[in-house]
Amino acid sequence: MFLIGENLRGGYGGADILNDCTIGVDQGEIAVIVGPNGAGKSTAMKAMLGMLDLSAGQVSLNGKDITTLSPQARVAEGIAFVPQTNNVFVSMTVEENLEMGAFLRRDDIAATRDMVFELFPILKEKRRQPAGELSGGQRQQVAVGRALMTSPSVLMLDEPTAGVSPIVMDELFDRILEVRAAGVAILMVEQNARQALNIADRGYVLVTGENRFTDTGEALLANPDVRRSFIGG
Amino acid sequence: MNNALRATLAFSFMALALVGVGLYQSWALSLTILNLCIISSVMALGVNIQWGYAGLFNIGIMGFAALGGAAAMLVSTPPVANAWAAGGWNILFSAVGLIATIIVATLVYKNIPKGRLRSLAMIVVLVTGYLCTRYFFDPAVSAIESTDSAKTGFLGGLGLPIILSWPVGGLFAAGAAWVIGKVVLGLRSDYLAIATLGISEIVVAMLKNEDWLTRGVKNVNGLPRPVPYELQLQQSEWFTGLVEKLYANSLAGLEGAARSTVLKDALIEASSIFVKLCYAGLFATVLLIILTLCVLALNSPWGRMMRAIRDNETAAEAMGKDVTGRHLQVFILGSAICGIAGAMLTTLDGQLTPTSYIPLRFTFLIWVMVIVGGSGNNLGSILGGFLIWFVWTEAEPAGTWLMTFLTNWMPEGNAVKDHLIQGAQHMRLFLMGFILLLVMRFAPRGILPERHAH
Amino acid sequence: MPETVDMLNALVLFTNFVLIPGVTYGSQLALGALGVTLIYAVLRFSNFAHGDIMAFGTMITILVTWWLQSVGVSLGPLPTALLALPFGIAATVLLCLFIDRYVYRYYRSQKSRPVTFVMASLGVMFMVNGLVRFIIGADDQRFFDGERFIIKAREFKKMTGLNEGLAIKTTQGLTVVIALVLVVFVFWFLQRTRSGKAMRAYSDNEDLSLLSGIDPDKVVRTTWIMAAALTAIAGVLYGLDKSFKPFTYFQLLLPIFAAAIVGGIGQPVGAIVGGYVIAFSEMIVTYPYKKFWNYLAPDEWQTSSLLQLLSTEYKFAVSFMILVIVLLVRPTGIFKGKVY
Repeated sequence: MFLIGENLRGGYGGADILNDCTIGVDQGEIAVIVGPNGAGKSTAMKAMLGMLDLSAGQVSLNGKDITTLSPQARVAEGIAFVPQTNNVFVSMTVEENLEMGAFLRRDDIAATRDMVFELFPILKEKRRQPAGELSGGQRQQVAVGRALMTSPSVLMLDEPTAGVSPIVMDELFDRILEVRAAGVAILMVEQNARQALNIADRGYVLVTGENRFTDTGEALLANPDVRRSFIGG
Repeated sequence: MNNALRATLAFSFMALALVGVGLYQSWALSLTILNLCIISSVMALGVNIQWGYAGLFNIGIMGFAALGGAAAMLVSTPPVANAWAAGGWNILFSAVGLIATIIVATLVYKNIPKGRLRSLAMIVVLVTGYLCTRYFFDPAVSAIESTDSAKTGFLGGLGLPIILSWPVGGLFAAGAAWVIGKVVLGLRSDYLAIATLGISEIVVAMLKNEDWLTRGVKNVNGLPRPVPYELQLQQSEWFTGLVEKLYANSLAGLEGAARSTVLKDALIEASSIFVKLCYAGLFATVLLIILTLCVLALNSPWGRMMRAIRDNETAAEAMGKDVTGRHLQVFILGSAICGIAGAMLTTLDGQLTPTSYIPLRFTFLIWVMVIVGGSGNNLGSILGGFLIWFVWTEAEPAGTWLMTFLTNWMPEGNAVKDHLIQGAQHMRLFLMGFILLLVMRFAPRGILPERHAH
Repeated sequence: MPETVDMLNALVLFTNFVLIPGVTYGSQLALGALGVTLIYAVLRFSNFAHGDIMAFGTMITILVTWWLQSVGVSLGPLPTALLALPFGIAATVLLCLFIDRYVYRYYRSQKSRPVTFVMASLGVMFMVNGLVRFIIGADDQRFFDGERFIIKAREFKKMTGLNEGLAIKTTQGLTVVIALVLVVFVFWFLQRTRSGKAMRAYSDNEDLSLLSGIDPDKVVRTTWIMAAALTAIAGVLYGLDKSFKPFTYFQLLLPIFAAAIVGGIGQPVGAIVGGYVIAFSEMIVTYPYKKFWNYLAPDEWQTSSLLQLLSTEYKFAVSFMILVIVLLVRPTGIFKGKVY
């Protein structure tokens, strides 16, 4: 697979939160991590980003071992990350937020920016407004837009729909599908398991830091065990 | 090494150092240093309560100490009858005016709902109050200050025993702390720092400029003492008898004039040491009382709550603790202790010298004491007070000596050489900063770390 | 109704003794507060060594000025110190980078609480203070040379026929011009350049700026360089205008911090507005209005009292009062600063 974390084990100093968990995603594909609270979903994503000390396992990107790289170095390798909260520069304008997303790029960013504006037209309209003045859904769009500005090969999203209304959520998922169409590998952690699995090519159900179920989104949605325990009917 | 052993070793070392000064320099100097060490320790204890128990960052220690100093003067000097006759009534009127203004303003602020009306009413009240106060205040000040200005020119004090001023100094400081605490506690920690820095500058500016109250830069000299005067001792029979006994060896075999010369020198030396010992006894008593109270408080439920708040303010707040209220308490207590120490210091000096209040000496040096000693540990603060004061006093002669030694090869009268030797005294500031940074970096918990694990 | 001439006299008086000194002092405070606020925004602590760093930069400038004067270099009507200023700036920048490397960087790597940084800055304050006093002594130093006035009071009187003179000192003119240029530069830098935007992003959201690939070390370095340059310039302008004394510079800490907080700490615009608010408050409250009043009031209302709200010795009290009022009414300052 394009990005893969294999047999990951680790935590924040105390007991291990991840216990031999494997997660991966290919280009042009959406992979979704779901599971109950405290299952280690976000932790797994942080492990892929290098924000966690691993005691075992390895992460590789396009065949290259990146286990020891710092988060910043991984960003430079083409991994973009949208945190769950505090994911925009509130005092900077929308346009500046996008510019900061492209900070590492030395080439012309106009094309990427136009692409982001095309994807999220509302941002073009509000380009001169500080991101802190936008609504929750719009901020989320800024956050995703900022991450896309590096022209990443992998986009990681930590619960992008937390706290937004169902309409905004559908809208956001539509946009994410468009991003997938551009050939980006997308890895998401989601609370709204049903909607997320609906658009997922690959789904991981994590429980206590290990893989419980791994399949296509469709298959997981059809699996009665998964439905009963994790989706609710 | 456990803490008890560390403390014993450290304090023995301090005792040795003081004895060393006594043997190689003079006992009078050693006792002078000891007295200031004790006063510094009291101040450090006050700061430690605020910082070590509650994490409050007070850099206005100078102001609280100065308030204590003012209290010492105001309690002990006899009132100046002429000055009171000249401007006493007007001063009282203006004081009444000031208090009335504050009361009315508070009432207006509380009773009128927020809006333009309230702002307008506040302005009217404050302006009228200000004008009324000034109306009585200005003539009073000029009348008082022109009353025999070479000798007095101020209202004087209450003429009470100076020891009384120690608690009074504490009260003054507590009052000021209450006002500042009300305003800035609950905001960012550095706001408290800046506010305390500001209030301390203002207190000292008042001491320097309100001549009618404190004689300003003309100083108030000759404050009455809580201990005997050297001259009294030298003339008293029991003291002469005591000295004759103590100096029996050097007096032996001497007769007439020779004997009385030696006896006179002995009397002068002994009386000076005796007076300093009296002070040391008084100060040590205060230190022990405050230390006992601090230790009791730290181990009481109140102390445990304070530490809980310090270690995790958010959690404590979530558990329903009134964090700001507790902080106010501890801030007032710590400041009061600094006020007491300030009054003790002025008592020791025997004069109120407003120009002597320098922040580097009174505020920041105390901080070095607390951090080096071990913040949160009362014994640590006392040790820090002793150690840092000792280094501070001895660094000056040591620095000058070192510089003289290092520049020995330069020709006499060389400008660079003179400059280096003269500037050596400033290097002790550098040394203090260096010590502070070193301790913070390599022994952040100080020489005697806080005992409680958390 | 007072006569027009008297009104003009009153106006000139006010301009000469309140307005012009206020603008000058305000500019000096603004530059100082800008330095404090930049450090605060990026490194997230109140740098109590600021006043003494200011003294350090000024001292180096003075020493170089003396050397230039001794070899006979001068700028004609302008003070020689302007030629020496770049050396002062360079030395201050080096000092700040050195301090950051050996003091603050460690606490950053430990993710220490802000108060630890503040405490460390006290240690730095002591050391720099001692160093400055050791090198140049604790006394007053004047290092101004060149033409003293742009407009002399006497010439102004002759020109206008008014009773009151209006004088503008060279140092006042210089202060305002340099401050203006610097402020424009700082804002251009923060708003338009890549490094400036990186600074703002880092200040706004440290974690996200790291995820965007912004190099924190570089941001910190840029911040120190800018703050050090601003500080040194503020110090030299203040020293040229008044005089240089290490203790006075230490005391400037209070109005500078008051300016930064009143404006909203961490906000560059706030620092500038705050600087002028503090300066004008000090001037207006401590100016004796006697002459001013006597020009405007009818004969029967003439007064011999000074009509001074507060004596000059208490100017620190003014910055403090403003600070307290702002903290009571609007703890975030005029332009919402960071209050957490």
